[in-house]
Amino acid sequence: MIPPVARLMLRSLLAGPVTRRDLPPPDPAQATELALALAHTVRRRLGRSLAIRAVDAGSCNGCELEIHAATGPVYDLERFGLHFVASPRHADVLLVTGPVTTNMAEALRRTYEAMPAPKWVVALGDCGRDGGCFAGSYAVLGGVSAVLPVDLTIPGCPPEPQAILAGFLALLK
Amino acid sequence: MIPSASLLDFLARGDRVAEAAPWPRVVLDRPGWQALLKRLAAPGWELISEWAEAAMVHVALRDAEDGAVAIASLPCPEGHFPSLAAVRPGALRLERAIRDLWGLEPEGHDDPRPWLDHGRWGCRAPLAPIPQPALSDPPPYPFLPAEGEGLHQIPVGPVHAGVIEPGHFRFHAQGEAVVRLEARLGYTHKGIAALATGQSLTAAARLAGRISGDATVAYALAFARAAEAACGAVVPPRAHSLRALFAELERLAGHLLDIGGIANDAAFAILLAQTMILREQILETNRDLFGHRLLMDRVVPGGVSDDLPPEATARLRDLLDGLGPALARIRYLYENTPSLSDRTQGTGILSPALAHRFGAGGVIGRASGRSHDARQSPGYPPYERLDLTVPMLLKGDVDARVMVRFAEAAESLRLIGRILLELPSGPVRAALPARAGEGLALVESFRGEVALWLRLDESGRIAGFHAHDPSWFQWPLLEAAIEGNIVADFPLCNKSFNCSYSGHDQ
Repeated sequence: MIPPVARLMLRSLLAGPVTRRDLPPPDPAQATELALALAHTVRRRLGRSLAIRAVDAGSCNGCELEIHAATGPVYDLERFGLHFVASPRHADVLLVTGPVTTNMAEALRRTYEAMPAPKWVVALGDCGRDGGCFAGSYAVLGGVSAVLPVDLTIPGCPPEPQAILAGFLALLK
Repeated sequence: MIPSASLLDFLARGDRVAEAAPWPRVVLDRPGWQALLKRLAAPGWELISEWAEAAMVHVALRDAEDGAVAIASLPCPEGHFPSLAAVRPGALRLERAIRDLWGLEPEGHDDPRPWLDHGRWGCRAPLAPIPQPALSDPPPYPFLPAEGEGLHQIPVGPVHAGVIEPGHFRFHAQGEAVVRLEARLGYTHKGIAALATGQSLTAAARLAGRISGDATVAYALAFARAAEAACGAVVPPRAHSLRALFAELERLAGHLLDIGGIANDAAFAILLAQTMILREQILETNRDLFGHRLLMDRVVPGGVSDDLPPEATARLRDLLDGLGPALARIRYLYENTPSLSDRTQGTGILSPALAHRFGAGGVIGRASGRSHDARQSPGYPPYERLDLTVPMLLKGDVDARVMVRFAEAAESLRLIGRILLELPSGPVRAALPARAGEGLALVESFRGEVALWLRLDESGRIAGFHAHDPSWFQWPLLEAAIEGNIVADFPLCNKSFNCSYSGHDQ
């Protein structure tokens, strides 16, 4: 008997890749926000490879779903040299989602402090930008910039995987 | 002796609140609440949720016999109420949250530790009429002890290795085996109940849709149904069908991600890749047809935001035609890969007795012999005419939770086809009368039963708000299911539960 997984692999091989090629170019507004000098530093020091550590600082988990989509087979973020790492000590970029809740602020700060320099912070989603619809609560400090210096913001509720990719490509191009 | 009075008979002793809809709310006096407590010690009535307001505690219950739903309320002007936790363990954490948020003390509750309050809010009892000042330093949080030779502790979180939500897990392990797991949650508490209070329906609906992003349609639907019950709006039939369409698309997308995620945590990544491709087809279709990949803000009080675009039916049929065989192939792969079955079968067993004791719903309940589904009981349109089948298994292991998901995903595919076939014509949104009232809604998300209660003032603004995530009754059971398993199987068990952190913490 041919194991089903072998059959699946053969089928996938014949069907060709599902990965999307029609990705939008990096948003020029994001490129300027990032400051081109910073992009230059990234490229000089790290080539075209970025290690990303994601931290949910209080999101509704919508942004996490779209990060998963961006790392999945259709958007395949890793083909650009971007990959998620399990430890902040291995990371160049801290990707933060959600409004920063008072209960997560210390863990977020400690994660940032555990990262080696040079390091950059990307705030993902409308909540990461300014707290979104949760701003003003007794349990929310605001956007990521309330706790950490933010280098790049990728807006959206949640940002679509294309927007996440375009944002990161702005760091590399 | 088994008491024979039904829930509604029992509550006839209290004062019925006139404006509560669609189910009665009854204000009990203290002896009445004590009698309720006594009755709850026997099985038969299920706890739906427990929450509070200023000087009042509410408990929503269901009579398992006849499916009747009702809310019992107890005024507690002195700031304390008899705890239900001794007879209903599912209420343990709910009552700790009531103490944290409203400052009401559950009498006879044996866990004095805070739950959502980590001592960092700048005040205590933020939802009480007069919040109390905060303690100077966040107090230490003593985990429940486990003692014995060779035991060691493993702290995990709140920042985890993967892209998941934050929570802390404290393992007591002996070698590889987990002796005790205790979760500490509350890290994503955003104060949603306080934020919603005073808001317009539109603004609060947006918030409700962001209580747990993966169940946004279910929450938006629960909010809309509660608001419609409160103000007496009648939703057009086409809107009911479109809401069910969105809800089933969400369920399908959620189950696909979970099935793949579970296989991935058993180191079988190819299955995740396959389910992600299918999930992406659904989300892309959502975006093209309805304007949002996760369908956020599409369900609104009164109906849905927009009607179907003209190409929708054909496009959705194409989607279904592709998904059906693909899902069957993935299921065949799952069932015929011995190395994967070896990890999932017999792992993380949740006994039916515990599932019933906590009233756990969703896939977790249905994989452990508790077949409750809010689409059936109490039920809501249009499911009564769709011949819904609810799968149930008794094994309660990771494999059973995967198989229930496969069955529900296939059922969702069938439901979508049926909805498209029988789509009523007409408007998709009704105007909401601005008037005071109270409403409760029970909606089945892909995770289980979401309960949402709200009160509107005369101007139609939110005067009271409580949303209950199914995870409240599922998180404690994860701790039971992992006992005796190896630490390395925790991600697998956790993913097979897939409880919401944000929905629980709110």
